[in-house]
Amino acid sequence: MSRLTLAGTIPLDVPQGAGRGAPLPPSGRGLYPMFLMAVLATVTMLFAAFTAALLIRRSGSDWIAIELPAIAWVNGGVIVVSSALLELARRALRSGAASVAPLWLGLAAALGLLFLAGQIVAWRALMAEGVFLPSSPHAAFFYMLSAVHGAHVLGGLGALGWTLRSALRGAYTATMHRGLSHAAVYWHFVGALWIYLLILMRIA
Amino acid sequence: MTGHAPLPFWRRYIFSTDHKIIGLQYILTAAFMAIVAVGLSVLIRLQMAWPQTLWPALERILPRAYEGGVLLPEFYISMVTMHGTIMVFFVISLALVSGIGNFIIPLHVGARDMAYPFLNMLSYWTIVPACLIMLASFFVEGGAAAGGWTSYPPLSALPGALPGSGLGQTLWLLGMALFIASFTMGSLNFLTTILNLRTRGMSLMRMPLTTWTMFVSSVLGILAFPPLTAAAIMLLFDRHGGTSFFLPGGLVVGGQVLPFDGGTPLLFQHLFWFLGHPEVYVLVLPALGIAFDVVATFGRRPVFGYRTTVWSLLVVAVLSMIVWGHHMFTSGMNPYVGEYFSIVTVAITLPFAVIGLNLIASLWRAELRLTTAMLFAIGIISAVGTGGLGGLYLGTAASDIYFHDSVFVVGHFHFMIGVVTSFGIFAALYFWFPKMFGRHMSETLGKVHFWLTIGPVFAAFIAMHYLGLGGALRRVYDPTVYEYIRPLQQMNVWITYALIVAVVAQLVFFVNLVYGMLWGRRAEENPWQGATLEWTTPSPAPHLNWAEPPTVFRGPYQYRVNGTAEGYTPQHVPDRMDQSAAEALRGPPAEPTLAGGPE
Amino acid sequence: MSSRRRTFEAAALALFFLGVAILTVFGFAMRDWMPPAASRHAAGMDGMIEYLLYTTGAIFVIGHLVLIAFIWRFGRGRRADNPETKPRTERLWSIAPVVIMALVSEVGVLVIGLPVWDEIYGDFPEDALVVDVAARQFEWIIRYAGSDGEFGRTDPEQIDGASNPTGLDAGDPRAADDVVVRNVLRLPVNRPIYLRLRSHDVLHSFSVAAFRVKQDIVPGIVGSTQFVPTRVGTFEIGCAELCGLAHYRMRGRVIVMSEDEYDQWQLDQGGAE
Repeated sequence: MSRLTLAGTIPLDVPQGAGRGAPLPPSGRGLYPMFLMAVLATVTMLFAAFTAALLIRRSGSDWIAIELPAIAWVNGGVIVVSSALLELARRALRSGAASVAPLWLGLAAALGLLFLAGQIVAWRALMAEGVFLPSSPHAAFFYMLSAVHGAHVLGGLGALGWTLRSALRGAYTATMHRGLSHAAVYWHFVGALWIYLLILMRIA
Repeated sequence: MTGHAPLPFWRRYIFSTDHKIIGLQYILTAAFMAIVAVGLSVLIRLQMAWPQTLWPALERILPRAYEGGVLLPEFYISMVTMHGTIMVFFVISLALVSGIGNFIIPLHVGARDMAYPFLNMLSYWTIVPACLIMLASFFVEGGAAAGGWTSYPPLSALPGALPGSGLGQTLWLLGMALFIASFTMGSLNFLTTILNLRTRGMSLMRMPLTTWTMFVSSVLGILAFPPLTAAAIMLLFDRHGGTSFFLPGGLVVGGQVLPFDGGTPLLFQHLFWFLGHPEVYVLVLPALGIAFDVVATFGRRPVFGYRTTVWSLLVVAVLSMIVWGHHMFTSGMNPYVGEYFSIVTVAITLPFAVIGLNLIASLWRAELRLTTAMLFAIGIISAVGTGGLGGLYLGTAASDIYFHDSVFVVGHFHFMIGVVTSFGIFAALYFWFPKMFGRHMSETLGKVHFWLTIGPVFAAFIAMHYLGLGGALRRVYDPTVYEYIRPLQQMNVWITYALIVAVVAQLVFFVNLVYGMLWGRRAEENPWQGATLEWTTPSPAPHLNWAEPPTVFRGPYQYRVNGTAEGYTPQHVPDRMDQSAAEALRGPPAEPTLAGGPE
Repeated sequence: MSSRRRTFEAAALALFFLGVAILTVFGFAMRDWMPPAASRHAAGMDGMIEYLLYTTGAIFVIGHLVLIAFIWRFGRGRRADNPETKPRTERLWSIAPVVIMALVSEVGVLVIGLPVWDEIYGDFPEDALVVDVAARQFEWIIRYAGSDGEFGRTDPEQIDGASNPTGLDAGDPRAADDVVVRNVLRLPVNRPIYLRLRSHDVLHSFSVAAFRVKQDIVPGIVGSTQFVPTRVGTFEIGCAELCGLAHYRMRGRVIVMSEDEYDQWQLDQGGAE
């Protein structure tokens, strides 16, 4: 019912653009999950298309499998740990230890940055071996998919930065931290996405 | 808009977060792009009708395109490419889906704004640079992209094979990337708004059909655009990174053997059409939704088969995602796969036939008021039938071999995503203009506009079907090159004359638009006696639409039913006998809770 | 609005759609639009198109007549009866278009279209004449196997626009007798033809309207198309896929000749087949 009742609760004379950003319109339960699901759907379709492309391209005569740099797997570990830290932050919030949450959150975000740095190290490792974009379609897919995935991680880092700011301001309580929850879902998604891409490129 | 100082001009009209202002911004941007795209089409038509004529006058205006008065073939295919790209993505998508959708969705569902107003503004201001980039590409070395709006590699990947595949194609890809980003943001906003911001009592099955079609469009947009993004990224890598996703070995261009190997151009085609086909429905369905709303309001009767229409829309949406291969029947795909695509493609005519029947049947026992909006809506009924039936020739694999890449295809899709969609835009503008500006457009000018438009476009695009049946190929700079087509050349002249009349008719529309905004007759709150929610707010609708969004008690089209044979019952008016139920539904005053966390 | 004005406008609209229906049908019937068929499978394909012309034409005309009737009956400002319909009625009415379109469209695809599709894409006969067609910007390079009946190897590195347009490998003895012709495809009448389609650079599409043949040529893939010419004469080859600035000029000719003439021509080229 809240979806329906909220619509009338903001007085008409809320000045547009007052404060930061625009006034949030009345929004109800399910708004953010729906938005999040739609975002995940569109990202899923993007990587589904890349997957299809990879599977088709793999049958080409010139497909030479490359050895994925070891650091790429380490990065997979980094992003999994980062996700776990994010869950620790949520658990801390739920159990009422709101002051600890920013610490876990900050660590998670830092590991996210470390992941991106690690991806660049992975590229450099490949290049040091003489594997460049045109070297092999497999290499091209590795560079391209890690770059496109990196862009999505960057978006996730933005969301984490936002939640970190909110957490530092003490805006999150044990029951009210939906922003963090949704950022966490997205973060787990891009983390899992990297693991998926690694496996895909390993077996390809 | 009382109780606070008005926002400065730039926050109200430039960087606005108001869905209605953003909708109008989209429409105006689309109108500007339409002038460019229509201008290109006029030059294309001149070339089609009189391919060997010199144009010294045009040389003075476009010296680089008309050297010595002769249109350069490379500029011709640039025009064909950019006309298609701009029309599909930067005119129809912008005006019909982003523009009208932004304006009407919150008003239809009883929301005070979009779910994410800031994202909405961001989405608009992403499309502006996209438009500028597309326009700028005409002025770079080699000219604008020229590989067709489909941009098939290798042509679009090899600057050596085509001048336009240089910087122009890169700008095309960047412009498209920005467009996709913007359209995805818009679709996310539409989807959440429709699903989560509906007012009290507005169940899904009480939504006006325009909003239903916008919903289906948004879902298709979210799911279908990413594969095109993937294709565009891979094409960029092929062009600038030396990869060969789409480029096979052994290509010889300009006497040089190119260093690519192993890629396949067909992969791009699959990815492109996985978007390309649903995109057609993204554009066509909202026009049909608008036709339903307009026909119900001016026919003074409920839409025939509201529920079957909604279900048909959903079936169309699902089918549209699995039929893309019918654009590739002649590409040498496995014949069994081709036959599959053919079977599912023509199956789309089933739900479409239901929608068409419901549109026509919505005129039965109506009391038609033939306003300009209504005329365009009835025009949509005829056009969607004509275009849809033409689609059967192309969806049937065995006959598509003959029609593929012929002018028949051009006639067909100009009916569907040319006539149907632009009539949708016109119907919507004439219909909701009072709500947008608080004034009416002139009905007399409107009817002149209608009659000068529908005659020529029907004549021209039906004639293109004949030309295609005669075997004329599309994207041909000089149609008289082929001897067997030469006897039909006079048709091209007539088509050009007809379309020039149609283009001139749009001047009437622009005059009417400006006249209406400045001097039009003042409109009251509900000038058309409409039953849907947008008519419960003042004209023009104020920022945030309602102080208290209305509660909804019924479906959107209660005209002359339930004993109110004379009049109609708006969605927000409770039945007398339901009065107590209404009180119960309204419940105690709601707690003012801002949704969600502090984000 | 006055009732006369209403009647006038409704009449105008009804007449307009009547004109659309009549003129469209008249336009299709006005002349034989399609170039006369000159291949064996063309009969089937023309039958497919004719089937669609009749069925969709009927639906088109009936639909417009209903539209016209409704505009005339309900558009003149007269009182209409209660418009309400029961959901059940609406559901029942939606069955009719579904059944009709299912019959029209799927019968077209499966009953009439499938045999044609099979004729075009099915197995090609053993005795077919194989000709190699290479498309490049903006010409057709036609190659016959020559007296040994075998095609020589080609090599992109050896392509020379003037002297060796299809890149025959000088080191391959089978290539020595291959007959290479530009833009003119000579074929014997009434014999199954199997074209090997290759592209040197970008997408092209081999199309001969009179044969009802259209086949994209995808670089990197050796494609094919097959048909049986049934009429002696000269026909035009068009490129149906945008291939660059001179796409419109990428025109060739097919000369279909009697078997004897064709054999004689092959002999003149330096060897019987």
